[in-house]
Amino acid sequence: MSVLSNKEDILMKFWKPGLLCAAVMLAMPVAAQEVLTIGVRSEASSLDPHWTQLSADVQVQEHIFEKLVALDSASQPIPGLAASWQPLDDTTWEFKLREGVQWHDGEAFNADDVIFTFDRLRGGISGAPASPAFQLEKGSKQWTKVDDYTIHITTDGPYPTVAEDLAMLPIVAEHAARGVTESVDFNSGQAAIGTGPFLFEEYSPGNRVTVKKNPNWWGGEVEWDQVVFRPITQDASRLAALLNGDVDMIDYPPTIDLPQLQEDPDFTVSTISSDRLIYLMPGYKHVERFITDNDGNVMVPNPMRDWRVRKALSLAVNREAIRDRVMGGASLPAKNIVPPGFFGYVDGLEADPYDPEQAQALLNEAGYGDGFRITLHGPNDRYINDARILEAVAQMWSRVGITTEVDAMPRNIFFSRLIRGDELSMPGFDVPEFSMSMTGWGTVAGEATYTVSGTLETYNAATGGGNGNFGRYSNPEIDARSVLAKRTIDPETRLAILQEAITIGMEDYAYIPIHFQVNNWAMKAGLEHQPRTNERTLATEVSRVD
Amino acid sequence: MAEFIIKRVLQALLVLLVMTVLVFFGVNVIGNPVYIFASSECDQACLTKIIADLGLDRPVWEQYLVFLGNLLQGDLGNSFTHGIPALSLIFERLPATLELAFAALVLALVIGLPLGMRAGLKPEAFSSRCIMAFSMIGFSLPVFWIGLIMILVFSVQLGWMPSIGRGDTVEVFGTEFSFLTLNGLHHLAMPAFTLSLIMMAMVIRLTRAGMREVLFADYIKFARANGIRERRILSTHVMKNILIPIVTVLGMEFGGVIAFAVVVESIFSWPGVGKMLIDAIGVLDRPLIVAYLIFVVFMFVILNLLVDILYSILDPRVRLGDSPT
Repeated sequence: MSVLSNKEDILMKFWKPGLLCAAVMLAMPVAAQEVLTIGVRSEASSLDPHWTQLSADVQVQEHIFEKLVALDSASQPIPGLAASWQPLDDTTWEFKLREGVQWHDGEAFNADDVIFTFDRLRGGISGAPASPAFQLEKGSKQWTKVDDYTIHITTDGPYPTVAEDLAMLPIVAEHAARGVTESVDFNSGQAAIGTGPFLFEEYSPGNRVTVKKNPNWWGGEVEWDQVVFRPITQDASRLAALLNGDVDMIDYPPTIDLPQLQEDPDFTVSTISSDRLIYLMPGYKHVERFITDNDGNVMVPNPMRDWRVRKALSLAVNREAIRDRVMGGASLPAKNIVPPGFFGYVDGLEADPYDPEQAQALLNEAGYGDGFRITLHGPNDRYINDARILEAVAQMWSRVGITTEVDAMPRNIFFSRLIRGDELSMPGFDVPEFSMSMTGWGTVAGEATYTVSGTLETYNAATGGGNGNFGRYSNPEIDARSVLAKRTIDPETRLAILQEAITIGMEDYAYIPIHFQVNNWAMKAGLEHQPRTNERTLATEVSRVD
Repeated sequence: MAEFIIKRVLQALLVLLVMTVLVFFGVNVIGNPVYIFASSECDQACLTKIIADLGLDRPVWEQYLVFLGNLLQGDLGNSFTHGIPALSLIFERLPATLELAFAALVLALVIGLPLGMRAGLKPEAFSSRCIMAFSMIGFSLPVFWIGLIMILVFSVQLGWMPSIGRGDTVEVFGTEFSFLTLNGLHHLAMPAFTLSLIMMAMVIRLTRAGMREVLFADYIKFARANGIRERRILSTHVMKNILIPIVTVLGMEFGGVIAFAVVVESIFSWPGVGKMLIDAIGVLDRPLIVAYLIFVVFMFVILNLLVDILYSILDPRVRLGDSPT
């Protein structure tokens, strides 16, 4: 046999199986990878879920880690890793954990992981700028394991919002996170073992965070094979990336571009009211530095202490004009302090109408018919269109005789000057500085107990009341109700108490609500998104429709 | 040469020290970073704990001394937001910025030098006037605007270029570089061009001015008289003599480009140190700001030194550190 025929023989031997292989490969359907790329405004700084509560971090972490209590799109508590819960008595709550849940590495989830998570939070993460650990301190919670799938939480006195607090605490795996104190171990994926619908894949700081589908998720089939978060801080660039197709979806589309996006058939916009209330907060000191009469002399007493002046200022603000001209339609004029659908919303409490004549009449009645001067302080880079809202309000007040000067500043300066504490721990920071400031309050908990306590209750360093009450408003009727609400476990009774407190506060104009922000997301046509009130973007709420 | 370098290093250390004092106390005056991080429900006890954790409850001068002590051990502190050592954060993001800056430098030289020479050789020609007008635009139009217009035209309308981010990277000696992949170059083109415009404009103007001056010099006439080809005259004799001012200006500009490519990085979402700096300033992440500025001063000093050394190579008359006899 010649050499040539030897080679030919070998070729003959292998061509049939080779052809068969090729045929099989071509016949196999090419699995299309479903990838969702989301352009986000803020970058996630750490994947350790106990590190901060900044929504930029939380929204990425929520894909990997879950909590005992989840929140629906109106921020109301629903079962998460806990299948059910109930108060056993005034100070004990029982949480039944979900069975059959697996960690991303296959280990079973049980009560030991929950106990470890709470211990880790209480022990403190060194250097964590804003760990959610304080949710455990509220009510002085203690926790015990009853069996592998039951936990008891005890509080110091009756404490109604245990479930809402636990909705802020992601559970980490004991076997993965034991001893982990450095963020890097989470960012590299080593300790980022969760129970959520997505597995950690890649974290490239400043560039992208990638997560991939968890095939064993207890919550059902996950639609997306891969989700990529790309931070794009510049509004215009983020929009360009969507228009260009570099990303499939963006959060916070610039409000001036919303009308164009809504009309464009290639794109869809999803909308829902946010939990963030934008309001004007007066200062209640006897003499306020930034309020002067028309000649520039400081006024005694401070006009803000007269409710008629506050009401006049509220009536002088044209909330509809702000919504239409400044916010591009993306705001909800308000007098409630929590948005519709939240626990504590008062039906029938409508936003003040625009009535400059009545405003003028009230000012005359109060003795300020000639008007006075005031300086309005606010941030210029924190809330949507904040500087423009300040300018609009100033112009509206000037029309009723209150000459208003605007002082807008970057948020790091603004909040340093706004937030006040008590004299001992923050010397020099106990007396409010601003006489009228514009700020926001986001009710992350889905219910009004801590909104009322934070913004309407008298400041009390010992109990934590009024921690957001920087104007130092004080009303004993509200205080009594707020303290009672924090101890009332029965939801219906608590709801009535909260609604009373809110109505009293708003009729007295403790502060002047302007509007709730409206959350918008813009995405390619063919995608459908279930929007949420707490501004977070979750890939499990996005699906393809076509 | 060695003595010269040592003197320079000592001067640099002094500048560094003064700078740390200024920045440390300056950032402190702005405000307390805690409020940016804390959620609205964080009450007094919670705020106090965070302040203590970050070491902000001690008086400023004490914090500064702690900082100096750590600095001497090479520890620039942990970033408040990330919890990672500030230096490692900087070095993680630095390759991206360096890549962008070098690409911009290459573009500025490759485009700017020939254009400038053309404008210098035939100053009255129409093409030369166009070139000078273009350099004027490079100076005066704000980078922010140019970047956005380029995205609008080339990404959104024409769809030729990607609008944001960095392309695929290849790991070389432990660091990631994107200019080695086609996808990476595609992403690098627009940001690098936008960033190069100011340098390009300066190179064009300086080259032209240098040419006008050198072309009429005696030694050039002598070289021509000797019969040396025009090409060699231009590339060797003229080039070397006009490069000194260009090197000076580019040296300083390049330092600025690396340190403060903030605008271009923000617009194109380029994951570099400039963007990291502006974010750090926004949340008052003091360790990161201070660490970054120390690094920037250090880099400017090195660049300065390199420029001086380049002088001595380019111009044999320059002796470093010698006092005139």
